[in-house]
Amino acid sequence: MAIRATNAATAAVERGGGSDAAAPEAGNARPRAAAPTRRAFVKAAVAGTLGAAALGLSGCAQSALAEALAGAGADEGAAQASADVTDTTVKVGIMHSLSGTMAMSETSVRDAELLAIDEINAAGGVLGRQIESVVEDGASDNATFAEKAQKLLMSDHVAAVFGCWTSASRKAVLPVFEQYNGLLWYPVQYEGMESSQNIFYVGAAPNQQIVPAVDYLAEHYGPRIFLLGSDYVFPRTANTVIKAQAAAQGYEIVGEEYTPMGHTDYATVINKIRAASPDFVFNTLNGDSNVSFFKQLRDSGITADDCMTCSVSVAEEEVAGIGASYLEGHMTSWNYYETTSTAENDAFVAAYKERYGADRVTDDPIEAGYCAVHLWAAACEKAGSFDVDAVRAAAGGVTFRAPEGLMTIDGDNQHMYKTIRIGRVNADGLIDEVWASDEPLKPDPYLDGYAWAADLS
Amino acid sequence: MVETLIMQAFNGISLSSILFLAAIGLAVTFGLMHVINMAHGEFIMMGAYTAYVVQNAFAGLGGAFGLYVPVALVLSFIVAAALGVVVEKLIVSRLYGRVADSLLVTWGLSLVLQQLARNLFGSANVGVEVPEYLAGSLVIGGVALPYTRIWILVIALACLLAVYLFMFRTRFGRTVRAVMQNRPMAAALGVNTRRVDAVTFALGSGLAGLAGCTLTWIGLVGSSLGQNYITQAFMTVVVGGVGSVFGSVFGAGFIGIGQSIFEFLTDASIGQALIFLAVILLLQFRPKGIFAQSSRSLEDE
Repeated sequence: MAIRATNAATAAVERGGGSDAAAPEAGNARPRAAAPTRRAFVKAAVAGTLGAAALGLSGCAQSALAEALAGAGADEGAAQASADVTDTTVKVGIMHSLSGTMAMSETSVRDAELLAIDEINAAGGVLGRQIESVVEDGASDNATFAEKAQKLLMSDHVAAVFGCWTSASRKAVLPVFEQYNGLLWYPVQYEGMESSQNIFYVGAAPNQQIVPAVDYLAEHYGPRIFLLGSDYVFPRTANTVIKAQAAAQGYEIVGEEYTPMGHTDYATVINKIRAASPDFVFNTLNGDSNVSFFKQLRDSGITADDCMTCSVSVAEEEVAGIGASYLEGHMTSWNYYETTSTAENDAFVAAYKERYGADRVTDDPIEAGYCAVHLWAAACEKAGSFDVDAVRAAAGGVTFRAPEGLMTIDGDNQHMYKTIRIGRVNADGLIDEVWASDEPLKPDPYLDGYAWAADLS
Repeated sequence: MVETLIMQAFNGISLSSILFLAAIGLAVTFGLMHVINMAHGEFIMMGAYTAYVVQNAFAGLGGAFGLYVPVALVLSFIVAAALGVVVEKLIVSRLYGRVADSLLVTWGLSLVLQQLARNLFGSANVGVEVPEYLAGSLVIGGVALPYTRIWILVIALACLLAVYLFMFRTRFGRTVRAVMQNRPMAAALGVNTRRVDAVTFALGSGLAGLAGCTLTWIGLVGSSLGQNYITQAFMTVVVGGVGSVFGSVFGAGFIGIGQSIFEFLTDASIGQALIFLAVILLLQFRPKGIFAQSSRSLEDE
């Protein structure tokens, strides 16, 4: 609580001292005008006192305190983020793990987001303003993510944050974004069963990735399924969905195994798979464990011909880190591949490789991070403002001609209309599409469209 | 069913050999020298990246590609040992006898080495492919034993034999044992203990590098590689008995075979919890590990 109050004080002091920085015509600098509440005033007063104490109560600090209290009284409390917008610039936050175990995946998403920001700036910016990015490292640690989110909202005053990868990190920052009414654009497919008004979900909902993949594999390879995943929230929730789906469709779950994050020895799991002889393995392992699993699977003599696997966390970048020969022939389910054939994708891949090197690959979360920035910019243009509430209100129906095809924001649940693509890894480490939905599907995070999912949420 | 059990028995032995390889270097630096080297995992990582670099150098050679494995094994030992010499001279030599300090400093060193690897090779994992003769399995009836695991077992045994011969059949090995048992007495008899420390630490580091090279066959090659093995390596040495390189064989066997039995009967998460529990129980009854060393120098500390 003390930390929170101090931050609020900083925010209030800064806003009180620099109100000329606001751009009223953009309608963004002030949060919702609402009657001052007693609670908010007390909060601000406490915060102001703490802040002043920290400044040593000089004359200057006292006047800042007075202004802060006045400002806090006029607005609905100091505990609400407001964007730092000038006549020429707007700040956004980028918050990914640049160190630790998730850095291997998240660093590239940051690169794609920076690329999108530069593209928008080169084309004249958003609402006439150049985007400035504040990059923070979540360090693969959920508590750090929450801390950085608070810093971005309350001391950098960013208009939006693009970030996170794991569901655990998203769950950790969610209360921060809700408390300060910030805006998080989340670039990764996830397990569903969530819809915060402070988050836009640019990756796939389960009905746009997992459910159709299980149906496809069951139809083409057989109904006996082995579920393998890392032991945390995404695989367990995803597998709960798959088990309900299997019960309704008549598929058989012949095994279910979870391994700790960072597990390195899959010999026993592979032995169990061999003994269960499933028609396919549905793989929700995340991160480094995939390397150990696929290397040991092939070396124990099991190829894609013997036992198909379908992965939902293995994209082109992970294939490069495992080695294409280990994964050749295995399947994946995503909304985008580097090989996806659209004019927008040709331009995106060329721009990404030119900037970061010809040996780099693009993949689904990288593309989603890139789209998130463009979608946010389009929503701001439509709203005519950077204000969080205005952007949210305007976002429904905003479209972007994405590398994966036309992407539309669903105003009801803040997820995206996306095309499903089942793919197969080829010898070069790229993924070839073997099946795709005819059109972008409406997102259904709570699986309301499936009778068998009624008891899940 | 019989095939499954045979393969599972092999898995237990194989996991033990992997743990032993990851821990043998630590058995030297921690077990003999009492340096709590938290950067041990990063020496393993260095060996793995050496294998990656050697593989890339051989990539264009067509039929000779398969030769990269022996070259990488030798080079990974040399690179990690060289790094070990530098680390010992610059850092560890100033920290002998200061256990808490060496723990913190080497932990910091591990973070530095991880970041260095990220800056040099990128933050994504890199791919190391095994040559034809290591891919696939030896199939006997319904039993399939992966060649990579058979070779890791062979290399682990070779390392064990080499360390044994070095320690007990060479003059220098005898000096090493003398210094580790009673440093002032060895110095008084004219042994250059500084040189012995440097060489012993280099040996432990080099063995870690060698382990890293073999681990590329079955797992990831990336900056977080070392972190995945460091806990189990320390556990192996402690269970085996600090001070006894050969105790580590039993430590690795206890953990490796135990874990694969538990994992087979339950699942990986519970299996891991159960093996930790078993280790705690074991240390209750044998606090100094399976092979308790009863030397005076240990009791002095």
